[in-house]
Amino acid sequence: MPDQNPAAGTPVVEGRAIVQDYRVPGSMFAKGKTVRALNGIDFKVEKGKTLAIVGESGSGKSTLARIIALIDAPSGGELLIDGEVVDIHRHRPGPALRSKVQMVFQNPYGSLNPRQKVGDVLMEPLIINTKVPAAERRERAEAMLKKVGLQPEHFNRYPHMFSGGQRQRIAIARALMLNPQLLVLDEPVSALDLSVQAQVLNLLADLQDEFDLTYVFVSHDLSVVRYIADDVMVISKGVAVEQGTREALFADPQHPYTRSLFAATPITDVEAIRARVARRKATRSAQPVA
Amino acid sequence: MTNKTGALLTIKNLTVKFATATGSFTAVDGIDVHVDRGEVLAIVGESGSGKSVSMLAVMGLLPDTATITADVMTYDGRDMLKMSPAERRKLIGREITMIFQEPIASLNPSFTVGFQIEEVLRLNLGMSRRDAHQRALELFRAVGIPEPEVKIKAYPHQMSGGQSQRVMIAMAIATNPRLLIADEPTTALDVTIQKQILDLLMKLQEDYGMGLILITHDMGVVAETADRVVVQYKGKKMEEADVLSLFESPQHPYTRALLSALPEHATGDRLPTVSDFFQQEGA
Repeated sequence: MPDQNPAAGTPVVEGRAIVQDYRVPGSMFAKGKTVRALNGIDFKVEKGKTLAIVGESGSGKSTLARIIALIDAPSGGELLIDGEVVDIHRHRPGPALRSKVQMVFQNPYGSLNPRQKVGDVLMEPLIINTKVPAAERRERAEAMLKKVGLQPEHFNRYPHMFSGGQRQRIAIARALMLNPQLLVLDEPVSALDLSVQAQVLNLLADLQDEFDLTYVFVSHDLSVVRYIADDVMVISKGVAVEQGTREALFADPQHPYTRSLFAATPITDVEAIRARVARRKATRSAQPVA
Repeated sequence: MTNKTGALLTIKNLTVKFATATGSFTAVDGIDVHVDRGEVLAIVGESGSGKSVSMLAVMGLLPDTATITADVMTYDGRDMLKMSPAERRKLIGREITMIFQEPIASLNPSFTVGFQIEEVLRLNLGMSRRDAHQRALELFRAVGIPEPEVKIKAYPHQMSGGQSQRVMIAMAIATNPRLLIADEPTTALDVTIQKQILDLLMKLQEDYGMGLILITHDMGVVAETADRVVVQYKGKKMEEADVLSLFESPQHPYTRALLSALPEHATGDRLPTVSDFFQQEGA
């Protein structure tokens, strides 16, 4: 059946030469200036795939995530969702478009309203974007809680009653309430402990399989990217310095910036540790502790 | 004072309890810690493991609601439990110093970084203003801050996270301490900056022959720095081993769980989680 769909084969999301400028206003002492946060970014993500955007702070990766999630309008270039050009600068995205693209933010302590019960958090997107009746909204919210590994009885609790990992599950559940095709995840696991990170990554993998979701996954952590991504884009100072499949990029990074990222990533390999311990012993015996 | 090896800090059966509205909460439950001179000890754990609290207890930085008990707490053969507050203050900040996770939050936004580091030198070492200024410049060079003469006049908000952490490190080594406690020193930083800061810490540790206690949740940081590792979970020590044995043949199920939860160790589609391991072991 999917083959008969005329849209089959078109990427779920595509960016063409995306540019984002921020104007820094002048003051009595300084002239105003324009900062180019993104400079001509091209990308495509096919259905059911994960594109990881890797970069350091200030690279523009979150700026790009906000553009893809239809939060900010780019200053230049085109964004295509499902093969159609989307310009939120001219037309505010309606419920149909909002339902296609959803976002999960980095900090689950900041992205949930402390005064809103979990049930209301999950039902709000339905109230805003759909005409689903109240009883069904509740039903769907409870079902979604189960899907992300929480319990229906969590419905009436407040965010502060949950741990960081559970809150991130709630944020993921909220993003999934409208059955989106595309999920933009901005550093979704970097605020979490290692073991909780593993659980959330597993959950994301399961949900992707179940709902055929497309992910744009922003991260600074190469080991996480290696685990979850199909394609990787490395971005530095607003420029995509390298793009490719995960296998190609990890096997043979081309750009010096990508290589410096790899070189800086700590290695937990036993042989590497053995070498370091030996090196340290050698320097110590050569030059006794003063 | 002359022996180059041997215990620098020894703690036995440290327990820290907090009085809360709902009763007493035990954050650290009978932990033993010892660090030798010139040794790098990593204390690893996730949030709530009590890894920071045990070191804050040593530094005397916990609030009044905390009750700290220990059988032994000695620094360089001196009993810290029997010290007067004045004696303890002489030790803390001079022989034992600490750096924290949020470098920008650790600095006072109202004063230049130069003023803050010179204050440390004047108060702890009784230096004159002029000497302190010279020494501050030397320290800035030692920790690799570019253009020290310019940066010494900067306010914390004018510096990047990596530079602020370098300032904190300069401050922490200003008094030539023999033990430096670093609490998640690179968690707020980018990987390339993390690498620079870890390299700097290891270089200073070797140059000065300091003992270094590195508190972290990051197994990668442990692998790149530690001589010996203590793994903590929910206030208890799970395992203690030298770094190579810990990664090669972890003994405790929790350690095994932590190591296999590293995404780079993933073998199949799923990452094993801690609960998987505790279920298997029936713990």
